[in-house]
Amino acid sequence: MNILADTVHENAAQKIGTLFGADELVINMGPQHPSTHGVLRVKLKLDGERVVGSECVIGYLHRGVEKIAENRTYQQFAPYVDRMDYVSAVSNGLGYCEAVEKLLVVEAPPRARVIRTILTELQRIASHLLWLGTHALDIGALTPLFYCMREREEILKIFEKYCGARLTTHAFRIGGLQYEAYDTLEKDVERFCEDFEGRIQEYSDLLTGSSIWIGRTRNVGLLNSADCIALGASGPVLRASGVKWDLRKALPYAAYDQYKFEIPVGTRGDTYDRYMVRLEEMRQSRLICLQAIENIPAGPITARVGKVLKPPVGEVYHAIEGPKGILGYYIVSDGSTQPYRIRIRPPSFINLQALDKMIRGHLVTDVVAIIGTLDIVLGEVDR
Amino acid sequence: MSATLHSILTFVQTWWVELLCAVLIVLVVPLIAGYIVLVERKVMADMQARLGPMRVGPHGLLQPIADALKLLIKEDLIPDAADQFIFWLAPVLSMTAALTSMGAVAFGPWFQVARDINIGLLFVVGVSALGPFGIVLGGWASNNHYSIIGALRSTAQLISYETTAGFALVSGFLLAGTLNVRSIVETQRADHAWYIFLAPVGFFTYLIASIAETNRAPFDLPEAESELVAGYMTEYSGFRWSLYFLAEYANMIVVASVGTTLFLGGWLRPFPNVHWLGWLDAAPTLLLVAVAAYCVFRAGKQPARVQSLLMWAVAFACFVVAIIFALTGPFGHPRLRFMHDGLYGAFWFLLKVSAYIYLFMWLRFTLPRFRFDQLMRLGWHILIPLALVNVVGVGVALALTSEFGLNRWLAMVFTTLATLGIAMLLLRWNDKYSAAASAALLADSPIVEDSRAG
Repeated sequence: MNILADTVHENAAQKIGTLFGADELVINMGPQHPSTHGVLRVKLKLDGERVVGSECVIGYLHRGVEKIAENRTYQQFAPYVDRMDYVSAVSNGLGYCEAVEKLLVVEAPPRARVIRTILTELQRIASHLLWLGTHALDIGALTPLFYCMREREEILKIFEKYCGARLTTHAFRIGGLQYEAYDTLEKDVERFCEDFEGRIQEYSDLLTGSSIWIGRTRNVGLLNSADCIALGASGPVLRASGVKWDLRKALPYAAYDQYKFEIPVGTRGDTYDRYMVRLEEMRQSRLICLQAIENIPAGPITARVGKVLKPPVGEVYHAIEGPKGILGYYIVSDGSTQPYRIRIRPPSFINLQALDKMIRGHLVTDVVAIIGTLDIVLGEVDR
Repeated sequence: MSATLHSILTFVQTWWVELLCAVLIVLVVPLIAGYIVLVERKVMADMQARLGPMRVGPHGLLQPIADALKLLIKEDLIPDAADQFIFWLAPVLSMTAALTSMGAVAFGPWFQVARDINIGLLFVVGVSALGPFGIVLGGWASNNHYSIIGALRSTAQLISYETTAGFALVSGFLLAGTLNVRSIVETQRADHAWYIFLAPVGFFTYLIASIAETNRAPFDLPEAESELVAGYMTEYSGFRWSLYFLAEYANMIVVASVGTTLFLGGWLRPFPNVHWLGWLDAAPTLLLVAVAAYCVFRAGKQPARVQSLLMWAVAFACFVVAIIFALTGPFGHPRLRFMHDGLYGAFWFLLKVSAYIYLFMWLRFTLPRFRFDQLMRLGWHILIPLALVNVVGVGVALALTSEFGLNRWLAMVFTTLATLGIAMLLLRWNDKYSAAASAALLADSPIVEDSRAG
């Protein structure tokens, strides 16, 4: 018996709704709603429970990060980027530091690049874990959240040991690292990776094969590859639609060119594919971490950049593959100690543009699943 | 005056057991419901690798009382746009229905308000079906979009699953040949079988339907917190909210009791007619002694004096009840044996109900939530046909047994397999039909094009 998503029945219902000339109902989802992942507000136009139109209202968490940059020195601005996508602060920091390094035409030394890679991949796992837990919670599975938090805690402990902070880490500095890797970093990462293999299988056992889970995610929020590209979607959202585009492979940065890993892609571009892609990405990140701790080169951890940074006049764009998609920094320098302008390409904000396209014709219930599957963080959407 | 007093006294004299039970239900059920919430949180914590409530009292034992007090002293809020009277009425209706239906439930051979009511379970099912009115009216009166969606969902859901539950119960009624709660249990004793073994399909359809009827996950769509905030009770707060909450848990007890009575042998201990298994009657005493010992063991380790005192009190209470069980048990004092049936019956009944409720909790923490159309499809396309076919199957089995003298178990196995076979056929046919309908719709549906074009 197929109790799975069946859009045709829904369309039949829609037809009947039109026949009877039912009124449309407008409801406000958010900004204070348990599953809009922060302060997203979606105005939904409903026909019964079916979404016929929607409008996102954002900006409730706007802090003017880009404007703040213009009044801070390059180093001073670095902690601010941690507060955009606050569940993957390390990745944000990596993107920013590398962008400024590109502008300064310096390169971080190999040791720094490898440690950066390890921490960034751990951050990717942490971010995906948080996504998995909350996404499952949105769809009504209560338990995975706590398991995911348990794993994430291990990663945060590693961060804490490394730089003293857990959430907004400010782990990297322009030109390399401030802190040397602590003694047992390799061991901690290895222990985490060893446990994680089995743990991720646990989540998979809880959700992947469950017919309710499949029913709730299969064919929900379809987004084909052409639409993804047209909307600028990136990250797992893009890859789930079958486009094999990952900056770690396409335009390698940090130390990614040294490691072997696969880029998982989906076929249908539905919520289930995005779930599978992220699950596999966690496994691949684990492999990258294991490869990286094998051989951390010796040497200095920072390049010589000086205390006062005065990049040459010019502009630079540097993008990394953040956990949520392509995170780009466009920096314009006027030769002073402060950036003239910084423009950030936030993956969450751009992926969120696909929401309206994805939720049309679905039920209110699916809206929650689709917001979850986009993996947005409002701190980054609003900046 | 004295005549009135006299008649009241006579009334009390005649009905004192029933009155006592009724008062007990009204007083104790909310407390039990509160503690079920605590147990649920503890079970959830256990499954989620954490501790759950630990602060209020040892192991959070006083948490329900603290919660109740907090809810009582909260501001009583009624939204301006709400329909005041119905907003007030709705939670009361829910709670009343839940408590009233408990009146006909027999918690053991002694503890029953409406004794010998000959339509027993029908009364329970009928009265508890009034509960959804509370939900629908509450959702409507709140004048909130989320509430109204929750109320509409619950209407559709409860109508569908009430039907399934009804048919599933019918299969049990056919076997018992009566609706009277006591007779149903006694028939199971006489039949040497719980009806779960004679009508497994009936039991499992009832199990699923009962989860849906009580709005529990994975069928908790009317209050799906991640979608509808809190569904029909979005606008409710404080004590009104807690009435809804208690009604939900009281309903859980009711459906679990009905399931236990009809399918799990009610207050009979496992294998009631096998005498060499009589030592099973030691179970309640041993269980309570174990709980008491654990409490004593933990009492010394409590951080505060009050907490360890509470632990001692719990241990003492358990020990006293254990002694009562021991004295009235098979090896106890002969003059106290008359209490045996009532006490031991209540124990087994509550144990089964607890197991049933534990199953509810287990499912809740394991499964994701259905979507509304999937819920409806499951109800109308799978469960109702299955339950209907099962009624016919049980009827055929009974006919085969009584008319043709076939072995009862053989007949039951045969008809159960046949039921499942027919159900599979129906489902396959249904799949084919929906595939054909899908294809037809896709062929000439401009709306599909529209929605794709967006």
